[in-house]
Amino acid sequence: MTVRVQEEDFDVGAELERLTQANKRIGGLTVFVGLVREMHMREGLHRDRIDALTLEHYPGMTEKALEEIEAEAHQRWPLEATLIVHRYGRLAAGDRIVLVAAGSPHREAAFEACAFLVDWLKTKAPFWKLEDTAAGEKWVGAHEGDAEAAARWEGKAKA
Amino acid sequence: MKVRYFAWMKRTVGLAEEQVEPPADVRTIADLVAWLRARSAGHAEALAEGAAFGAAIDHRTAPFDAPLAGAQEVAFFPPFTGG
Repeated sequence: MTVRVQEEDFDVGAELERLTQANKRIGGLTVFVGLVREMHMREGLHRDRIDALTLEHYPGMTEKALEEIEAEAHQRWPLEATLIVHRYGRLAAGDRIVLVAAGSPHREAAFEACAFLVDWLKTKAPFWKLEDTAAGEKWVGAHEGDAEAAARWEGKAKA
Repeated sequence: MKVRYFAWMKRTVGLAEEQVEPPADVRTIADLVAWLRARSAGHAEALAEGAAFGAAIDHRTAPFDAPLAGAQEVAFFPPFTGG
């Protein structure tokens, strides 16, 4: 179980190599990489392209929240390894934001655990996105679909 | 106790953090919110009734009826948008 919150970029290949070399019982490894996507925002008559964003977080709470989410995944699935690397600071379109990996002897647990980690991370870890647009800065609002995605795992909580 | 604000709430309040000594009858997060509103127009706007924000006590998300007893740090923030 590893959680890292960092400003610098990460090397996906090197991260996965380290994870699988350290544990030969992993038979399936699922990986999610979140990227800053180029977006177009329409507000009134203006149409802006968002080229960059700044990710703010709550040092101290962020690590604790991610570790709890990771521990929850290990409670629910037979996992051999998990990894969460989340960046903060200024990021441009195309930049990597987050890396989530889940390794298990079998693929089903790896697929489910990876989706769970991403869904809960989005709604339970204290990160906030501030978009840079030509018209100025804009805080990103929470996406309703994210709450629904996170909630679908609530019913599956362990007894 | 230390009170911290994040994302747009930090801009609206005009402070990232502040040290406060609320009176004894401020027992829960909801009490603290009501008490903090009186500190400035920025506080009143950021912590307005109906504004979408959450709170944490000592780095753990907490509901508004959570007691403040023993709290070192209380944080207020908008819904999370990471990932």
